[in-house]
Amino acid sequence: MENAIAWIFIFPLFGSVFVALSRYVNIKLAYPISVLSMAGAFWAGVETLRQAMASPNHEISYLLGGWTLDLFPRGVGIEFRADLLASLIVLIVLGVGLIVTVYSKIHVEKETPNKEAIYYSLMLLQITGLAGICLTGDAFNLYVLIEVAALTGYGLIAIGSNRAAAATFNYLILGTIGASLYLLGVGYLYIKTGTLNMVGIQEVIEANGLTDSATMQVAFVLIGVGILIKMAFFPFHAWLPNAYCNAPTTTSCLLAPLVTKVMIYVMIRMVLTVFGVEFSFESTIWVSWMPWLVVIAIICAAFLALSQREIKRMLAYLIVAEVGYMVGGVWIYNYYGLIGSIFHIISDACMTLCLFLGTGIILHKCKTTHFDGIRGLFSKMPFTMIGFFVGGFSIIGLPPTCGFFSKWYLITGGMVSGHWEYLVVLMFSTMVMVILFFRLIERIHLAVDESGKNLGKGHGDLGLSREQTRFDEAPLIMLIPLLVAAATVIVIGIYNQEVVNQIETFLQAYDLPTGVEYE
Amino acid sequence: MEGGSLVSELFIERLNYCIYVVLLLIGLWAMLAKRNLVKKLIGMSIFQTAIILFYVSIAVKKDATIPIYLAEHDPHGSHAKVATEKNATGNQDAYHPVELKPETVKGYANPLPHVLMLTAIVVGVATLGLALALTQRIYQGYGTIEEDELLVKLERADERTSVSPVTGAKPKGRARSSTQGSKAKAVASSISKNKSTAKNSSVSKTKKKIQSQSSSPRKTSGKGKPKPKS
Repeated sequence: MENAIAWIFIFPLFGSVFVALSRYVNIKLAYPISVLSMAGAFWAGVETLRQAMASPNHEISYLLGGWTLDLFPRGVGIEFRADLLASLIVLIVLGVGLIVTVYSKIHVEKETPNKEAIYYSLMLLQITGLAGICLTGDAFNLYVLIEVAALTGYGLIAIGSNRAAAATFNYLILGTIGASLYLLGVGYLYIKTGTLNMVGIQEVIEANGLTDSATMQVAFVLIGVGILIKMAFFPFHAWLPNAYCNAPTTTSCLLAPLVTKVMIYVMIRMVLTVFGVEFSFESTIWVSWMPWLVVIAIICAAFLALSQREIKRMLAYLIVAEVGYMVGGVWIYNYYGLIGSIFHIISDACMTLCLFLGTGIILHKCKTTHFDGIRGLFSKMPFTMIGFFVGGFSIIGLPPTCGFFSKWYLITGGMVSGHWEYLVVLMFSTMVMVILFFRLIERIHLAVDESGKNLGKGHGDLGLSREQTRFDEAPLIMLIPLLVAAATVIVIGIYNQEVVNQIETFLQAYDLPTGVEYE
Repeated sequence: MEGGSLVSELFIERLNYCIYVVLLLIGLWAMLAKRNLVKKLIGMSIFQTAIILFYVSIAVKKDATIPIYLAEHDPHGSHAKVATEKNATGNQDAYHPVELKPETVKGYANPLPHVLMLTAIVVGVATLGLALALTQRIYQGYGTIEEDELLVKLERADERTSVSPVTGAKPKGRARSSTQGSKAKAVASSISKNKSTAKNSSVSKTKKKIQSQSSSPRKTSGKGKPKPKS
């Protein structure tokens, strides 16, 4: 397939149109059409990654409409570029999208009755937008796709309760500020370089020696801050917990693993491809203070997560902490840190997906996600709980899961580059996550309440009636996606070297320090 | 002289940019500081308009025309005759696109920023429409579009939903990080405190009265009722 990149967009985009139209024919068609189009898009994503790996310079360029002129070798139209990084992330986006679409059936029918067609249509558009962000090679097109993803995201969240609408409003205001700042930054880049193509910008910067230009500094700050707002980096995270907690279950399953991670991908893309390593790390002062901001961000987010009494809200703050990990991995300015950061995008998407799918099932069965409502769930839903805790163990970083390996690279990067504060804070946050998840395990397996009082009558007794602990597993259509996600977490963990090899091939092109520089 | 040139350089030659910065800051301030949701959205529109002004300003070029064919390239304009004469000689087709020469290109303004802004305007309209729809739903759900009142109501709604299913205990206090949130929370807590203390005191007083009045008959009635045998 020569046009695999184009098919990634054609499937969900046209799928969303057909899904939206299906309400006039038969609303039951909405679900199968969206699953089919996501499956098609996933296949195109696999094909794109395969082509990118096979091509000699490890990237494929696709000019939409074939717009080229001899004057502009990069093309006058919009270029879509799939290098190894982009095609890895887009594959994760499409995979998560496929799993969530399969999983969504019962939740969508229950939570947004009679709106299934609109809901699935928005969902497919959201995935189109996120996949576009990963693949586009044009700085302005990136803005448009960020807004496509954001607008559909607002719709997906607000389609739920009135409370969700109120939370969305905050998200919308902050999201618009973030995207607009990015747009402004692109404007300054355009003034200085005269092109919007990402690689083109980098070429002009290199050719004309623009690394000392004040305009570039302004552009970098505007774009950087805009992206930090969009990715819910700690001081700007206020929109995230409320939006994700009050959203319909499927929405939080789709948005939580993807949106923040894709924005981190955008940051890496900006730092490496657009501004270039030399400008981003040498000419700006971000390297000197971003690691410390990351330290503050991770500590605060970990404490905020610790103070929650609801699984969903706790997970939302966990995402904020994980964003801190990945941003830190970029700004410690080290080869291993960047490997860790990119690998953590992939593994974090998988494990967050696991946790949110599990939470969705708990919500479906128990009608609550409060810590007190989950007692004895292991005997009730053993498979769901196994899937949920595979995600949890991966967040903590236990060896067979992919979370261990990505954290390993992040820690290596921190050690090699001499950023000990980052190392310490990673360890601290790992401890907090151990507390978070073992507290849940305690609730689920043991008969101990908040104050440590034993509620059961003896060994193995949870103090629950037989009715409450009877085997009552989730429907297969929800359980299988969760188990697939959990299996992915473990498989990526076991075959981590394969993924890291691709990331290393991608990073070969950039001149990054690999060791500590002693004076 | 020098002072004058500085002023002219900053404020007269670059007036557009000054206006864009001022508009941007007005919009940002309105989005963050205004308590009324519709005013926030007005701020958002101003913010986006400022960016549009910035983009259009960077495409400004003196004595340049719109980047379509110049008049002499227009087959239907005043120069059409020339073209048809050429056509008659068989050298050039009047309707064929004319290749642009570097000196004619200089006469065109850069079309790209304008085109980009068309897209940005569309995005802005979509965002504004969605935001207004959200505001309407917030008003339908909570009866207010003032953020202070809204936060009080949301706080109550959150407390209701986050009650522990077992013990019924309410969370002691939510962690909020944004200064806006904490401010609003302070307002909210003061309002709710006033209300709740007032209510509690009045309710407890009346309850006490009732209890003191009807304590003896209640007890007797409670004793008098026969307990159901299991």
